This record gives sequence, C-alpha cells and structure tokens, in this order.
Amino acid sequence: MIHVEGLTKFYGLKPAVRDISLDIERGKIVGLLGPNGAGKTTILRILTCFMQPTAGSVTVDGLDCRTQSLEVRKRIGFLPETVPLYTDLSVQAFLGFAGKIKGLNGTDLKREVDRVVADCGLQAHRKRLIKHLSKGLKQRVGLAQALIKDPPLLILDEPTTGLDPAQIIEVRNLIRELGGERTVLLSTHILPEVDQICERVIIVHNGRVRKEDTPGNLARDIQQGLRTILSVDGPEEEVLRSLSGLAGVTGAQPTGRPGEIVVTSAGDEAVRPLMARTVVESGWGLREMRSSELSLEEVFVHLVTEETEQQGESGS
Amino acid sequence: MSGIIGVFRKEITVTFSSPIFYAAGFIFLLISGYFFYSGTAYFSLLSFQAAQNPFLSESLNLTDMVIKPFFGDLAVILLLMLPLLTMRLYAEEKRSGTIELLFTYPVSDGAVLAGKFAATGVVLLVMLAGTVPYMIILESMADLEWGIVASGYLGVILMGASFISLGIFTSSLTENQIVAAVISFGALLLFWAVGWAKSLVGPGLGAVLEHLAIIDHLNAFTQGLIDTRHIVYYGLFILFWLFLTHRFLNSRFWRG
Repeated sequence: MIHVEGLTKFYGLKPAVRDISLDIERGKIVGLLGPNGAGKTTILRILTCFMQPTAGSVTVDGLDCRTQSLEVRKRIGFLPETVPLYTDLSVQAFLGFAGKIKGLNGTDLKREVDRVVADCGLQAHRKRLIKHLSKGLKQRVGLAQALIKDPPLLILDEPTTGLDPAQIIEVRNLIRELGGERTVLLSTHILPEVDQICERVIIVHNGRVRKEDTPGNLARDIQQGLRTILSVDGPEEEVLRSLSGLAGVTGAQPTGRPGEIVVTSAGDEAVRPLMARTVVESGWGLREMRSSELSLEEVFVHLVTEETEQQGESGS
Repeated sequence: MSGIIGVFRKEITVTFSSPIFYAAGFIFLLISGYFFYSGTAYFSLLSFQAAQNPFLSESLNLTDMVIKPFFGDLAVILLLMLPLLTMRLYAEEKRSGTIELLFTYPVSDGAVLAGKFAATGVVLLVMLAGTVPYMIILESMADLEWGIVASGYLGVILMGASFISLGIFTSSLTENQIVAAVISFGALLLFWAVGWAKSLVGPGLGAVLEHLAIIDHLNAFTQGLIDTRHIVYYGLFILFWLFLTHRFLNSRFWRG
C-alpha cells in the first residue's frame, strides 16, 4: 500500500527525517511510534502530499506522491495532529463540504454523510456548530471527515492526544473497528496505544527508523531469557543472595517495590520451581510469583537510550 | 468542478455566519447611504435655486451631479471594506490549520482559489445589491439614465473584483489576518494614487503610471462608456494577482 524509499526531508538546513525506507502492507494497522520531534508528523505530511520530500520516493497504491498527488489524495483519509476543523460550520455542513470536495454529489453525498455520522456516533450532534462541541466530539468529527468516501488508507496523526481516558478508549475502539479492510497508519508517542491497536510498530527516533516489527516480537528481541518477579517476605539481601546463587539464574535485582525481586535466567523454565522451593525451604513467605515480559515502554526506552549511547561513543 | 462548488459553498456559509461581513456590510450601506443622501439633497437645493436662475438650470444634470460621484464614493468605501472581507480567506486557514485539510483533500490549488474568489465576488454583489434601492428611489422622483447606472455598476464590480484578487494574494502570504488586511489596503491605495505622480516623472513613465492607476479606469464606466481597454485592464489585474497567489501557494512544494 505504502512504499517509501530513501525519504529525506530538510527544514532549511535542519534534517527532520533522514533516509527512511518503509513498506506497509494493505489491510494492516501500523503504528508510527516515537518521542515528540522524532519526525512522525513530517513523514505523515509527506505521505498525504501536504509537503514534498527533499529526496527519496514515496508511492501510495503504486502512485507517486510527487507527480500524481491528486490521485494519491483520493485514496487517503487524513486526520492532522491538531484536528483542524471549520469551527463556524455545523457538523453536517462541514461533512457535506468534505464530501463535496472529495467529489461526491447529491444522494451519494447524503448517504456518505449519514454513514460516517453513524460510524462515529455523531447522530445527536449533526446540527451543532463545531465550535460548541467538546474535544472528544471534535476528534470524532475529524475522524468522520477522514472516513468520508471510504478511503482505502487512513492516516491519523496522534489521534488520542488531549482526550480524557474514557474518550481515549472510545477512539481506540473506533479505530480498531474502522480498521477492517482498510490500511491504517497512525502516529503516537503513547506506548500502550500501539500495543493495543497495532499489528506492526515502526519506531522512529531522531528522524530515522530504529526498528520495525510486531509489538510482541519487539519485546522478545530485546529481552534475553526469562524474567520472573517474586514477592518475598524475608530479609531482602539474603533472599537476593540465595536466588542469584541458583544454577541458571543470571541476575537478581530488587524492583523498587517492597519485597519484590526480579530474577533473570537463561531460557530454561525448570529454574522457576527451583526458585520457589528455595524461598519456601528457607522459611520465607512467597507471596507472589509471576513471569514478566518487557513492556513496549521498556523496549522503547532501551532502543532510544541505546542509540544515544552509541552516538555518545562515536562523538567522543 | 465539484471541488470549486464545495469550497464556494463553504466560503459563503462561513462568510454569512461571521460578524465581519455584517459589520462591513452595515458600514458600507450606512456610508454609501449618507453619500447618496448628501448628493441628492445638494442637487435638490441647487434645483430650487435654479428656479430663479436660468443659467444655472442649464448646467444641472442628475447623472453628472449625483450618479457619477456616487460610483466614485462606492469605490472609496469598497477600498476600505474589501480588504476586511478578503483578509481571512487564506490567513485564517493557515492560522487554524485547516489549510492542512484543504491541501490534502483531492482538490487542486486552482479549484480552491477559484471557489474562494467566486464566493467573495458573490459577497461583493450582495453588498452592491444593497445600493440598488437608492437608484429606485431616485427613479421615482427623477428621470434616471439606467444605461449609465448599469455601466457604472459594471465598472464598480470589476474594480471590486480587482480589490478582491489583490486581497486574496496578501491573505495567502501570511497567517495573520491583520497583516494581510494592512498590506492589501496599502497596495490598493498605492494603485489608486500611482497616477498622481504622472506630471512629475516625464511623458513616458507618466503615461505608464496613468494607465496603472486603478481608479482612472473607472471613470469611463461612470460616464456610460464601456471600453474594452478598461475591461482588459481589470481582467489582467485580477488574473495577475490570482496567478501570483497560485504560484505562491505552490511554492510550499519546493521551499524548505
């Protein structure tokens, strides 16, 4: 669906993204993840033909963004980061405008407006002026205008920023439902979001792609061996000493919460019963024991700090 | 085409729901009404005096003394009001970020520009339509030369459209509406007054300046003369600024 090769964009002399290459398959929900200022918005703006790249080629559905911009734009529904809307218009008038400008007429236009209003749950607010809507409803209007004329590719720039937790969940569900046959590319700096909605994650940092994989694989790659968290009633130092002394255990550290210890061990599962037995036989209380996977957050921090370290070394 | 209509409708809805239009329209009608009233009142005073003075009565002419100056007055008021109506066209979209929608919808920059220009043109027509009753009132009391009135309106419409095209250009330059209005007003005033220097700069350049001056081309229309030269002048003026706007918007693709 999207094919990007050697994409570079300079703002003046400052590079925003450097030499990015991507391939996004049809029908996938893909997350573009990175801290603020990583270049996510720049990438999305180039994909939507709002800007043109300094170098490199970008094609959507086999069409070149530079030379066939209008054709590309027909295939894209875009929700910009700031959710810009014509606030003096009513929801109905604004969606009518969006549909008209996308080339719909008469009954087709009316049907499409009805459909996106229903999909985004805006039935009760059709006649209201956009400036009087709450932030969450504005976000839905933004999604609705992107969905008009059923584009095969949805590009959403930070669709949940600034919403309250209930609204965030609503919008996420909406995006997941809308996915279906469509390709969805969304950017975010909120990690759980990608974990919950996306089938693929692309991590962007300092204008470069750092990693690209499924959320699960990303965590597995970085984490080596097993991680087990134990919550033990007992003298912490002794517990630590005896656990790290076990065969197969590569390290044991307190997690920071009282009594909790995280133990890393080489691949073998057999070490876990051994840990439990050691704790119990020493006469300490074993309150809890669970296996732990690296969260996406930890993966992300890991990747980002790894890069800064590398840069630091090469700089010195 | 669908894009032009979409933008046109949106601009009309936004304009007619914004207080700027009502404020500008109100002031426009108030001042033009005042000018019209003082023109006709002065004319009727002279008419009373002419009853005793046959020499004066020969030089009295409704068209020359009321209609012609009235169209000149309309031009001045439009010079003050139209920059206020054009300032938001692109500047507001840039400030609020909706330009990002407009530039990513499947519609060409030219269609957006045409829609905006046409919508503001209609707003101008609505404002001018508000002055037609003055003419009807005059007709009820005197014998009006409707041909001259029509050509006068044509001239004012062409001139107003020229103001609009320059105003759209300045609006595309900035995201600040005040800056857009100020530049547009200044540039229009310069085009208005540029002919005044003709006697100072020698015959060659003087003639150029005279032909550049935007108000001089209106005079023929208010005399009932529809001359192709003047239509071409306004037509070129409009196309020139619309072309510059289009090129400037397009420059986003190659500027850093």
